[in-house]
Formats: sequence, structure tokens, C-alpha cells
Amino acid sequence: MRNPLSKTVIEIQPSGIRKFFDIVSEMKDAISLGVGEPDFVTPWHIREEGIYSMEKRRTIYTSNAGLKELKIEICNYLKRKYDLEYHYDRETIVTVGGSEAIDLALRAMLEPGDEVLIPQPCYVSYHPCTILAGGTPVVIELKGDNEFKLTKEQLLSSITDKTKILILAFPNNPTGAIMDYDDLKEIAEVIIEKDIFVISDEIYSELTYGRQHVSIASFPGLRERTVVINGFSKSYAMTGWRLGYAVGPSEIIEQMIKIHQFAIMCAPSISQYAGVEALKNGDSDVEMMRDAYDKRRRYVVHAFRNMGLECFEPYGAFYVFPCIKSMGMTSEDFATKLLKEEKLAVVPGTAFGDCGEGYLRISYAYSIENLKIALERIDKFVARHKID
Amino acid sequence: MREKILTAIDNNSKLAAADLAVMLGTTEEVITSTIKQMEEEAIICGYPTLINWDKVQCERVTALIEVKVTPQRGLGFDKIAERIYQFSEVQSVYLMSGGFDLTVIIEGKTMREVATFVSEKLAPMDAVLSTATHFVLKKYKEHGLPLVQAQKDERMLITP
Repeated sequence: MRNPLSKTVIEIQPSGIRKFFDIVSEMKDAISLGVGEPDFVTPWHIREEGIYSMEKRRTIYTSNAGLKELKIEICNYLKRKYDLEYHYDRETIVTVGGSEAIDLALRAMLEPGDEVLIPQPCYVSYHPCTILAGGTPVVIELKGDNEFKLTKEQLLSSITDKTKILILAFPNNPTGAIMDYDDLKEIAEVIIEKDIFVISDEIYSELTYGRQHVSIASFPGLRERTVVINGFSKSYAMTGWRLGYAVGPSEIIEQMIKIHQFAIMCAPSISQYAGVEALKNGDSDVEMMRDAYDKRRRYVVHAFRNMGLECFEPYGAFYVFPCIKSMGMTSEDFATKLLKEEKLAVVPGTAFGDCGEGYLRISYAYSIENLKIALERIDKFVARHKID
Repeated sequence: MREKILTAIDNNSKLAAADLAVMLGTTEEVITSTIKQMEEEAIICGYPTLINWDKVQCERVTALIEVKVTPQRGLGFDKIAERIYQFSEVQSVYLMSGGFDLTVIIEGKTMREVATFVSEKLAPMDAVLSTATHFVLKKYKEHGLPLVQAQKDERMLITP
């Protein structure tokens, strides 16, 4: 029999997180700070709208690019929050989560051999999706000393004649880093000068603390070369609804809609109706959740610093990224031992790229009570293994 | 800072001052002194525990009573409200707009105890014109908190 599989697919490595997940799932009574989704449940008025839409028999396809009403609300929202102006009909697509939008954008834009710059540590899908779309991933290793921001110098030294796309993902999973106006301004200049495009994954845009999120697309000359990706998962605690979107120049969005139309058809209609409610009446929910995350964020950073572990202050998402280099263990060793000895699961930084070595991703999407218990366990562990 | 502290402890008065300080980005002294001030000013009036008595083998009856009263010259409703809330059976008293004046929430051991309170203490008051007593059959939610067991975290232990 012939080999039924694609060589490209076989060569893609399963994510490091998957490997760790398998170890964790064998530990029955482990607790965790390893979750990448909110602990909040979707606000009731949004869930109720989902139920209502089923009662109203809205159980049918919507148009490929998404419900008109939702696209209009998305554009209103982006204008209101980030001063981004897009046309709901030509420049907007509703997708099955932000993940689909990442895949679509890469597939719509890449030619074989095109290079995609991927600053790591980062979310796990950019690298494999680039390969699946025929592109060549080029990793930029972000530095802890620089709070995991992308600098102009790093960007310039990674650009070649083949570079086509830069992926920007701030606020960042796993580091919690953000890029503010001045950080982005430098990057924006290089992007224009070198004539490259940007896929900006802004899924955590609502979760910044004490600083306003800035979108790269809001800089002059960048709107034409940026696909902005966002969604409902993190901001409205709607991970299971699988609802995201992308906005960008119409020539790119049109091609993304074409792929989406053949591969997916449309995002779930029930989720789309719930999404309209979220954007119309969900501002106060977002604020409540952001406020709760902020308290936990301070609590967790403080705890790590008290343990004597270096931990830069993250201003976004719901992760802290403490450095464990002083412990004389690799990230994976630390995480594995912590799990065995204290029955606590955290994700080694290396699951998000090699340059995550020496770090852990700690999620604070947990109640204060749970965080307290978990942090006490890490504290005990660190005290026991500390090198004097 | 006052509002921040109040919002933080509104649904959880057990938070320690040291933890609150970290969460709100201030010092333990600021938290302790601000809370003390607010206690003195009766902004914080107490720290009761939210108990679901239905789950304890302990008979309790709650009733909501709509009361119509005659306000007193110069004192309005305050004087009569005060006469009512002094009774230890009374859990809450609110002045209402609409069809009646005061909502009085009573808690007693038995229905008879509540009935006796209404007929012997509340209704005979000079200023009280009429009462309508509604017994509570089941409590679902109080102080913004559903009276149910917290649901288990069903998220997978590790996700990207």
C-alpha cells in the first residue's frame, strides 16, 4: 500500500504543550496553573442570547463572511476601542475563533518559499500554520531582558528578500508582554520601509492593565498592509463558542473569505448571534473581568518575587512568565518535578519556542483562593530546590 | 481607594489585608487604616456570613412584609422605621416607592413565631395602617451569590 500521508504534515512536530498535557493527564489529583482560557463563564445575557437564537430557529447557515449585523458591530467596536476603521462588508470576515483567521490569512497571502517572521515565545499555531500554507517560518527570539518585546534591531536583522509577513501577537501569550505606542512606532517604520505585511493577532486586546492597547494597524501606512485578528474567546470568556474575526484590506479579506467559504462555510450561527449581544452590551462584563484579572496579576507577580524568582511585570493577557534560571533546572525539568512533587501543573516556557527556556508560563485565570494554594506549592518547591 | 477596597471585599470579606494590599497595589497599612475609617463612618457596617440554612437541619422561616404606615410630622418615615428595626427578628427594613411604604424582612424559627410578631408587635403599632405578609418558600440567590455549590472547574488542566 502507498503511504497515505502528506510528508509536510508528518514533519510538523506536535506542540510541546501536547506532550506535557499527556504527562499531566496521568496525574489524577493534580491542580493546575496551566490553562489558556478564562475561568469566567460567558456572561449570562450573552448565553441567553445564544439560547434565544436557537428558540427563534436561527439554526441555519449565515452568509460566508458572517452575519451582517455582527460585522457592523465588529467594525463599530474596533472604531470605538482602537480607532480602526473598516468596512463591514468588504473588509471584515467572521471566523471560527481567532485560530481560523490566522490560518486563513497565512494561506491567502503566502507563496511557496515566502518567509514569515515569528517572534517567539508565542502561541503555538503560527509556526505549523505557516508551513501548512507553504511558507518558511523564521523565528525571532525575543529576550527576557527586554520584557519580550520585539525591537527594531531584531526585526531588521531578520528581514531578507524573501520576508513577506511579520506576525505580531501582543498582548502576548505566553509572556503577558505588550507593545505600547512607542514600541510599535519603530516597528511600523521598518515594516513600511521593507515593504512587508503584518498579521496582528490581538485576541488579548481587552486584557491590558493600566495601559491602553494600541493596534499596529492604527499607524499611518499600516492599515493597507495589516490583517488584524481578534475574537470573543478571551474578552468575553467565550472560548467554546469558537468565534473570531479578521479585518484588513479588501483584497486580502476577499481571498480569505474564498478559502473560508470552501473549507468552513460559515462560523456557527448561534455563536454569531450571541456575539452581537456581546459587542452591544458586554462592555461592563469585560471591565469586571479585567479588574479581577488585574488583582490576581499583582498577587501572582508579588508571590514570585517573594520567592526570589525574577518576574517582569506583564501588562497584558492573563499570564506571568517568571524566570527560573536561578534554579539550575530546565523549564521542562522544573515543570515535571513540580508536577510530581507538588501535584501542580504549569507549562514550561519551551512549549512556546526554544527561547522560552528558563521560563514558566503561569496562568492567573483562576480564583484567588486557587492561586493561593498553587503559589504556596511553588513556594515550597522553590525553597526545597534552591541553589545557595 | 475606598471604592476599590469596597468592590474587592463586597463578595468576600475574608480577604486578608496583606493580600488586598498586593492586589490593589498599595500597602497593608493603607488598607487597614482605610477599612478602619470606613467602619467608624458606618460605611462598612458589619461582616455577616452568607448561610444557606436550608442545608442545615435547623428550622428557619423568612417572611417579607409589605407595611403601610402614616409618616409622622417632622420625622417622616425614619422614626417608624427605627421602631420597627429595633426588633431582633427584623433582618432588613427598606423604604419603598409605590403601593406600600416599608418592606420588612423577618426571620423566625417557625411560621407561628413570625405570625405572632406581625399580629402582636408590628400590626398594633400606632403608625402602622396595614400589613401583608409573604412567606419565603426557597432562597436561590442572596447578596449577589447563588446559594448553590460552586461548579467544578471543567477546563482541561493544560491548554495553549
